[in-house]
Amino acid sequence: MSETRTIALTVNGQARQVTVDVRTTLVDVLRDQLRLTGAHVGCEHGVCGACTVLLDREPVRGCLMLAVQADRRVVETVEGLAPNPAHLNPLQAEFVRHHGVQCGFCTAGILMSLTAALRDNPAPTEAEIRETLAGHLCRCTGYQGMVDAVLALVASGVAR
Amino acid sequence: MSTPAARTPEGGYIGAPIPRREDARLLTGRGTFVDDLEMPGVAHAAMVRSPHAHARVRRIDTTAARALPGVLAVVTAADIEDIQKPWPARMPSPVPGSAVRHGVRHTLPRDKIRHAGEVVAAVVAESRALAEDACDLVEVEYELLPVVATAAAALAPGAPLVYEQLGDNVAAHIVQRVGNPERAFAAAPHTLGETFRVMRGGSHSMEGRGVVARYDEALDAFTVWDATQMPHAIRAILAYLFDLPEHRVRVIAPPDIGGGLGPKGSFYPEEALACWLARHLRRPVKWIEDRLEHFVSAAQEREQIHTVEIAFTADGTLLALRDVFTHDIGMYGALVSPVITACTVPGPYRIPNIHSEVWAAYTNLQPTGAVRGAGRPQGVLVMERMMDRMAETLGLDPADVRARNLIPADAFPYEVGMWFRDGAPLTYDSGNYPELLRRALERADYARARQEQAALRARGVHRGIGVAICVEGVGLGPFEGAVLRLDGRGRVIVTSGAPPQGQGYQTAFAQIAADAVGVRFEDIDVVTGDTGAIPYGIGSFASRVTANAGPAILSAGGALREKILAVGAHMLEAAPADLEIVDGAVRVRGLPDRGVPLAQIARLGNGGVAFGMVMPGGLSVGLEASAYFTPSQAGYSASAHVCILDVDAATGEVTIVRYVVGHDCGNVINPLIVEGQILGGVAHGLSNALYEEAMYDAQGQSLASSFLDYPLPSAREMPRIEMFHLTTPSPINPLGVKGAGEAGTLPVTAAIAGAVEDALRAFGVRVNRMPLNPARISDLIHGT
Repeated sequence: MSETRTIALTVNGQARQVTVDVRTTLVDVLRDQLRLTGAHVGCEHGVCGACTVLLDREPVRGCLMLAVQADRRVVETVEGLAPNPAHLNPLQAEFVRHHGVQCGFCTAGILMSLTAALRDNPAPTEAEIRETLAGHLCRCTGYQGMVDAVLALVASGVAR
Repeated sequence: MSTPAARTPEGGYIGAPIPRREDARLLTGRGTFVDDLEMPGVAHAAMVRSPHAHARVRRIDTTAARALPGVLAVVTAADIEDIQKPWPARMPSPVPGSAVRHGVRHTLPRDKIRHAGEVVAAVVAESRALAEDACDLVEVEYELLPVVATAAAALAPGAPLVYEQLGDNVAAHIVQRVGNPERAFAAAPHTLGETFRVMRGGSHSMEGRGVVARYDEALDAFTVWDATQMPHAIRAILAYLFDLPEHRVRVIAPPDIGGGLGPKGSFYPEEALACWLARHLRRPVKWIEDRLEHFVSAAQEREQIHTVEIAFTADGTLLALRDVFTHDIGMYGALVSPVITACTVPGPYRIPNIHSEVWAAYTNLQPTGAVRGAGRPQGVLVMERMMDRMAETLGLDPADVRARNLIPADAFPYEVGMWFRDGAPLTYDSGNYPELLRRALERADYARARQEQAALRARGVHRGIGVAICVEGVGLGPFEGAVLRLDGRGRVIVTSGAPPQGQGYQTAFAQIAADAVGVRFEDIDVVTGDTGAIPYGIGSFASRVTANAGPAILSAGGALREKILAVGAHMLEAAPADLEIVDGAVRVRGLPDRGVPLAQIARLGNGGVAFGMVMPGGLSVGLEASAYFTPSQAGYSASAHVCILDVDAATGEVTIVRYVVGHDCGNVINPLIVEGQILGGVAHGLSNALYEEAMYDAQGQSLASSFLDYPLPSAREMPRIEMFHLTTPSPINPLGVKGAGEAGTLPVTAAIAGAVEDALRAFGVRVNRMPLNPARISDLIHGT
């Protein structure tokens, strides 16, 4: 139960080394050991998406992946999107304008999925945006503000 | 961030769609949710829960669990005898003559287990994983008892008893009457009767419950960070259980709470256990609810079964209403939701004769409380289903039938003749329901939608249109308070008791305070949910905070402004009436270079002349003002929804084509926030209408305890919502506000039920049970 392993990973551009219980999930290591508490644990069975982070640029469920599986890989979390909270990135700024956040618990995971999707396709349609968001549950917003935020970002051309 | 907040054309902040100041931290992963708190030395708790719904505990053996390395303590009911007092009884019925019977509950069950998921023992260890390992090692021997898993089973003669001392399972029997319904039914030309089963389910805030308790031995005092909707009530209960004065229990709702939606407005065993364990270990103890625990232990609002009758004339005018329903209250709960249901049924209609009767029953299911809407959506569904049936019976348009019965715009205040849940008469303060319905129909292009429907039906498309209109009691008292003060930096600090769970109080309160004090929005800081910062508060539920805290902030802000100007008058040697506050300074009107920055005003006004010096000019010290606002009754918001949808008769799938929301919550402080509240409410309502169902077997075992069995809608299932506002200000508070937190949820199940039944009219289906998932729609079509 208490077997540990030391892993090396790149988190938001920084090389990090951390000794983990082999059974510990990636999101728990990010939150508890690296103190990156932006990603949240909402369901622990891979449905709600609040724990989503990027691993080698692809969205993964931080609750379904063991930290040891992230060894020697590149992790991006919401804390890396805007190193200075006074200067939000364009996607984050549109979320403010369109009231895409209420309680904010699910927000980090949603931003990471959208970030990955927009890298692949900087001009998604509303249906494509909703498809990306479909990997996440939000109980506050009805999603409409988030959809409008991404549509505004696309319309502004900044995502390209 | 650096551009000043927008003002309205009149120059104020109230009413402006100001983006939220909460957002930046949440969007950058720098929020402070309870599980994000950095707490040195923290130990982690996990709960041993009963797998049985009704059982006696014969024996608990914690030996193996205690022996596991890393385990700090394992406690059972016997260990915490010092706090095993009966919990304070929940709300009494506001209706005179009600029979209300309280089942006595303790932190850990003393006599028997009453629901599957009830806590039997608590483990605390160096990590949550170790604590959960140890839970598996706690051996419990149960003696199984027969289970009552539905209200019907609970109310049947000879049913097993949830509380033996009560003699039966009736939690409450509440009757309300208006006019003479028996005579009206006997004389009526038309009557219709029906039975409806309505499921609400769980809240499923994305963050579960959570608490971190710290005990300070030197002060014999607790500090409790709790993701709760009601920190002052939690303080009161903890102080009672631990026999401490209230000032030695400080409850802080963290600045960020990941949704509440009702269940975080209850007290739970884990809150007391975390405190007990923190004192026992002299270490902070954290407990975070996981999703499975939320499914089996957080309060829900489960099933109501309504038997309803209406009497009406040949032209579709309502004469009388009779609604008798059962409410599954679980093993513990409050009467909030069923009382509100009963009061929501009559809705926006003139109904001269009413018989309303609630039977709330204890069952061996987990506790109930309020879930966004708190009984209201059920009431709306029942009435609006009957309006649809009356229209069908008389061959009239369902929108016309509704319009014919609406309370006219000049009939306010309108007395329904019942008692509302706040203990005051059910008297609608203001509204304009005919205009609200008219505009909703116009926005949805209703007449044309009916024509399109006829054309589509001819082509075999099952198109349906549903209309629902409702009235919502909001802004319930008894009070909220506000303390405003000017700090040494010249900033106004607003403190109020109720904590937000995403509703944007830091923004909305700052808007009200800025207008009241007459300072910039940017010069305001807002503190909420901390019993150490304001002595009294109620909490965030019942769409009540803006209508209670808002007027308190307005009042205290006006008083603070007077104090600031009095100090300014002394410093500037001018009359207070000649002063203004501009850009962070008090100035003499018309003399922009004669001014004193607010920070200097604060220095003098808060006693900073110099130690030992008298205050000059008879000035009193303390740039602080507090106010508590107590509304005379609830306010009443209103909504009208129009839903146009298609049903795929082969799969039972529903596709929403258009969804129009008309909403009236009185004056709006921040339209951006209010629209967000409505949108979220609609999503919750749609989820109740089409997806969510808390299912149990006859043994009280949950059959849907993951998001795989209990689906919530994603962005793909949510249609785009079209929204408009009507504004009839409330006369019962100086801001003219009502409430919007739950509004969107209320009419959705009714509008969708009406639309699905309409879509499937060719099949003659009867939509009498929610939710309408594909399987249930298929069953309806095939008559199974």
